Amino acid sequence: MSAIVADPTGYEMDAGRRRDIRWTIYIGYFALFAGVSHGFAQALSYAGIDILRFFPFLRGYYQGLTAHGVANALFFTFAFSNGFLPLLTARALGRQLNSALLKASLWTLVAANILVIYAVTTNRASVLYTSYAPLQAHWTYYLGLVLLVVSSYIAAAHLFVLLAGWKKEKTGERIPLLAFISIATYAMWILASLGVAISFIGFLLPWSLGILERTDPLLNRTLFWFTGHAIVYVWLLPAYISWYALVPRQVGGRIISDPLTRLVFVMFLLLSVPTGFHHQYTDPGISTQMKAFHALLTFGVFYPSLATAFSVVASLEMGGRARGGGGVLGWIRTLPWGDASVVAQILAMLTFVLGGITGLINASFTVNQVVHNTAWIPGHFHMTVGSAVALTLMGVAYWLIPYLSDRKLWGPKVALAQAWIYTIGVLIFARGMISGGLEGMPRRTFLAEANYTKDSWGLAGALTGIGGTLMTIGALLFFVVILMTVWTGRKGEGPKDIPFGDTLLPASKAGWDVKLDRLGLWFLAAAVLVVIAYGPFFVSYLPARLTSPGFTLF
Amino acid sequence: MKIERYEKAFLAVGAVTLVVFLVALAYTSVAMGIHLPGRAGEVDPAAVREMPPFDDPGVRDLGGGRYEVVLLSQAWGFVPNEVRVPAGSEVTFIATSVDVLHGIHVDGTRVNMMLIPGQVSRNTYVFENPGEHLLVCHEYCGIGHHTMSGRVVVE
Repeated sequence: MSAIVADPTGYEMDAGRRRDIRWTIYIGYFALFAGVSHGFAQALSYAGIDILRFFPFLRGYYQGLTAHGVANALFFTFAFSNGFLPLLTARALGRQLNSALLKASLWTLVAANILVIYAVTTNRASVLYTSYAPLQAHWTYYLGLVLLVVSSYIAAAHLFVLLAGWKKEKTGERIPLLAFISIATYAMWILASLGVAISFIGFLLPWSLGILERTDPLLNRTLFWFTGHAIVYVWLLPAYISWYALVPRQVGGRIISDPLTRLVFVMFLLLSVPTGFHHQYTDPGISTQMKAFHALLTFGVFYPSLATAFSVVASLEMGGRARGGGGVLGWIRTLPWGDASVVAQILAMLTFVLGGITGLINASFTVNQVVHNTAWIPGHFHMTVGSAVALTLMGVAYWLIPYLSDRKLWGPKVALAQAWIYTIGVLIFARGMISGGLEGMPRRTFLAEANYTKDSWGLAGALTGIGGTLMTIGALLFFVVILMTVWTGRKGEGPKDIPFGDTLLPASKAGWDVKLDRLGLWFLAAAVLVVIAYGPFFVSYLPARLTSPGFTLF
Repeated sequence: MKIERYEKAFLAVGAVTLVVFLVALAYTSVAMGIHLPGRAGEVDPAAVREMPPFDDPGVRDLGGGRYEVVLLSQAWGFVPNEVRVPAGSEVTFIATSVDVLHGIHVDGTRVNMMLIPGQVSRNTYVFENPGEHLLVCHEYCGIGHHTMSGRVVVE
């Protein structure tokens, strides 16, 4: 048994640093609120109901859909991680956060928000979050998203600064597990982000400014998906960090294995990026052999998630048994079902089983032709990022916001109801979307106003609308709990430390698994794998075909 | 590295399952002839309307129950927007976009392709039974995206 932080006895953090982390995360919640509000209108559109005309602004369906994707998938997730991962790393290493880096990351994020909000609310960027050229957005949109990435780079640099400082003092020691998995996550992001960095800075931004007259649609789309699959793991891994390292303590169990946890995160570092073509199975211009190779690697990156399923549930079982649960399944009953933070995350895990299975179907090469760009796809990813990630981050918030503000959580019962309502909502919603998708119902389409429909879409659309309504109620209750906690939660009664667990099987001092700590080496190996997986395409395709002028059809 | 017995078993079963799935997928594409679109040529999106075969979009009877459908997509419609073929035809769709990204999905079939300006999308499908299939653009292409549809009539 051993701790996953350097010094389990305690950790001090001043009010200024707490405030900076809190505000970074609040920006994420603000984005979530904006995104959810419009998500409600989209879900109802699937049910044939158009409420957009009652909106004070963002009345366009695709304008709102852009806001929904950008706010929920990009700003919410990165704002949260930019606050959460430096906190976990600093705590794990027992080092003070760098105030200047916290502020730099926060203010870059604020600037990114202002630019993107301007572009989207003035209908200058209704291109959806995938930003496929040659639909052309205003330059403020591209620059805003570049700044969002910069803010995540600053947060990543922060992690590396913390690690370097720690290494100088503790030469030869194993990196504490909690720090290792946090740093591995953003290390992977650095590699993954290269695609959008090249696309946005090299092509789209200069194109929107008129410096480049034309651009290459396939190349930009490919660069987007170079980042676009790995990015889902950047959203997911902070949730995994909580499931692996924090939830065990919250339920009274333990982390099963330190080396296996590290191995899982190293596998994500290696395999997250060279899989992007599975989003482009139905694309022209990419050879089927390359697509098949990415299919193989995508099945590979499914594997660490399988390992996670075992470890995380085993930790829950240990907790349930320690709390008096016996028999084969009796431990489930004795889990802390009254603790909203735990319940939200267990429900997130359960939903993610379906998210994972549908994901594997998407990745299944030829089978993808049945589901590609149908409503099935958002059905799938609302059970991954829309619940495994979103619900987990809500669950984490129920201890994190009280910890950061040193206030008692307001309305734990409301929080509990929130988690259940959201989960039931997302399951109904996804059931609707998935069945609709199998009947050919397209995604990203204003169905309430479409000039076509099918009888079999009726039930699917209705379920989508009902589920989406419940999700909206669940999300709104979350904001109520957080706002009431921040405004009225009893001062001085927040948790005094983060709920880090300890391991059943600790890190060894010698043996091959010591090498797992060599993040630089793994990063290099990941880069080599990327060259193998993407090299043949780029070598045979380049130079870029700068043939398409910009279109603003919105 | 020590791994618990149950965990080892779980990981082994998981690995075998994934391999079985991959073998099944390989079988569908090698033995059953189910293919994804691949590289099928490039065009200049500005001049595509003058270039064969896109200078003459429509359905062509190649003889022997084989048909070719040359299809242009543009905001917000398909040319042609109605395709008629006899039941049992092997139909090859050859399509591209003249402006932004579009998609084509023929409902109830695996004809599902992205249409990207500059690139030619190509795939083949056998329509066994008579009936009507909805054909929709399934990639967002601007404010009128939800009005971009057509149909495939199998007679």
